[in-house]
Amino acid sequence: MKLIIAIIQPYKLEEVKEELYKAEVNLITVSEVLGHGRQKGVTEVYRGAKETGNLLRKVRLEIAVNENFVEPTIKAIIKGAKTGETGDGKIFVIDLKECIRIRTEERGFTAIG
Amino acid sequence: MKKFFLVALVLVLILCVPAAFPVFALDGAAVVNSGDTAWVLISSALVLLMTPALAFFYGGMVRRKNMLSILMQCFIVMSVLSIQWVLFGYSLSFAPGKGFWGGLGWAGLNGVGLEPYADYAGTIPHQAFMIFQAMFAIITPALIIGAFAERMKFSSFVVFTVLWATFVYDPMCHWVWGIGGWLRNMGALDFAGGTVVHINAGIAALATALVIGKRKNLDSNTPAPHNLPFIVLGTGLLWFGWFGFNAGSALAANGIAVNAFVVTNTAAAAAGLSWALLEWLRNGKPTMFGVASGAVAGLVAITPAAGFVSVIPAILIGILVSIFCYTAVSVIKPKFGYDDSLDAFGVHCIGGIWGALATGLFASKAVNPAGANGLFFGNPQQFLIQLATVLICAAYAFAVTFIIYKIVDKVMGVRVSEKEELIGLDLTQHRERAYTVLE
Repeated sequence: MKLIIAIIQPYKLEEVKEELYKAEVNLITVSEVLGHGRQKGVTEVYRGAKETGNLLRKVRLEIAVNENFVEPTIKAIIKGAKTGETGDGKIFVIDLKECIRIRTEERGFTAIG
Repeated sequence: MKKFFLVALVLVLILCVPAAFPVFALDGAAVVNSGDTAWVLISSALVLLMTPALAFFYGGMVRRKNMLSILMQCFIVMSVLSIQWVLFGYSLSFAPGKGFWGGLGWAGLNGVGLEPYADYAGTIPHQAFMIFQAMFAIITPALIIGAFAERMKFSSFVVFTVLWATFVYDPMCHWVWGIGGWLRNMGALDFAGGTVVHINAGIAALATALVIGKRKNLDSNTPAPHNLPFIVLGTGLLWFGWFGFNAGSALAANGIAVNAFVVTNTAAAAAGLSWALLEWLRNGKPTMFGVASGAVAGLVAITPAAGFVSVIPAILIGILVSIFCYTAVSVIKPKFGYDDSLDAFGVHCIGGIWGALATGLFASKAVNPAGANGLFFGNPQQFLIQLATVLICAAYAFAVTFIIYKIVDKVMGVRVSEKEELIGLDLTQHRERAYTVLE
């Protein structure tokens, strides 16, 4: 089992979701986060004062998958989120020790799907 | 030498006398009434407040990445059209004349002074009438924003708005309300702007929604209003401001104003209630958004009728407008698939048409001797006049809005790029965002 964490551009969320559905990955958690990327992003100006180097708004996806879904999930995220410009984001893949579905108390392989 | 000086002084004094008392000395009929003037000035301020109110009403409905774009569009309309109005908009709309426009005789408020102009309002300074009308000229183009929300380029919006005000609002205002206007001479009744404001803006909304096209990702992701409390705040302020809009249109602190005030409140209440009941029946639960939409629809519908109908017809107008607008918004719109994003057409045009026709049904000379009787008071002719006015105005506004849109689109492009639309108009058009995530 793996936990896939992806940080993407907020405006790419819809496309990534669509690609994930196509890859039959339906269970995702989405949150709004702030982060420092390498890019400057869209600079904001308040009454003439430029705000640079501020934290940029990103969307964070968390997806727990069984081994056979790892590559399809990664591909789907890339397909939906990639523009080729700086700021597209990152994908982290982490080993997942355990997964428990609270309702049924199932564990592991069946609990994920 | 001394004698000459004395004569000169007397001469100067004599010349000064008419300048010091210009109004009362020259025209006995034109006397400013302080009560009327106070009420019209307060009403002007109330109507001005409706544009920021509309900004919050609409702003709450969009996604949060577009909140500022709506507020900005509403505020820039206040800035730009206030200037347009005093420079030439008021003159095009209200200067006497039988033409397409009223002409430029009053451009720059030339000749629009502090003495009354009896053909429009005999008891208040002419400039009080002018500034009251300015607020209508501001809110009308702002209403259209609901149709193309979340996808129009800001620069194009400003140009479109000025052209629309000049070529759609100003002529129509002249036809219906101006001295020599041909619809006014035909006998059309429009107390506070059902045709000039709501049908006009509503049909322009439909035209722009059709040509600009749908927002992206609409099928996969129906955007939920980002802030319902803002919608309710906007509705409350609109309802409040609408007393100036309708009761102020009496242009005097008199019985007609009181009648307009009472029926305005009654129709809004009836419409809010009936929208809630409709939702209860159809969806099982009444919603806050529904009551707010209903109240606004009721206010729209009573607008042309406010000075001509009594309270029981106002209840009927309110109950029925929610049925018509609800159908337009939740049955007709999905069926035809146009993206009138915030229902500017569904509420303002449909509500405005119903109000204009209802005026032809329920108007009564017992309420306002200066008006006319409607169909139910023995004068079917009035209903036909109302119907003709609606059709003429809708056809004109639709066609000219379409042409203006196409010209602006050719010259500078109306719609933002797909990426800009996905990122949101706040950041891409204004480099600002409405909300922070962390401090």
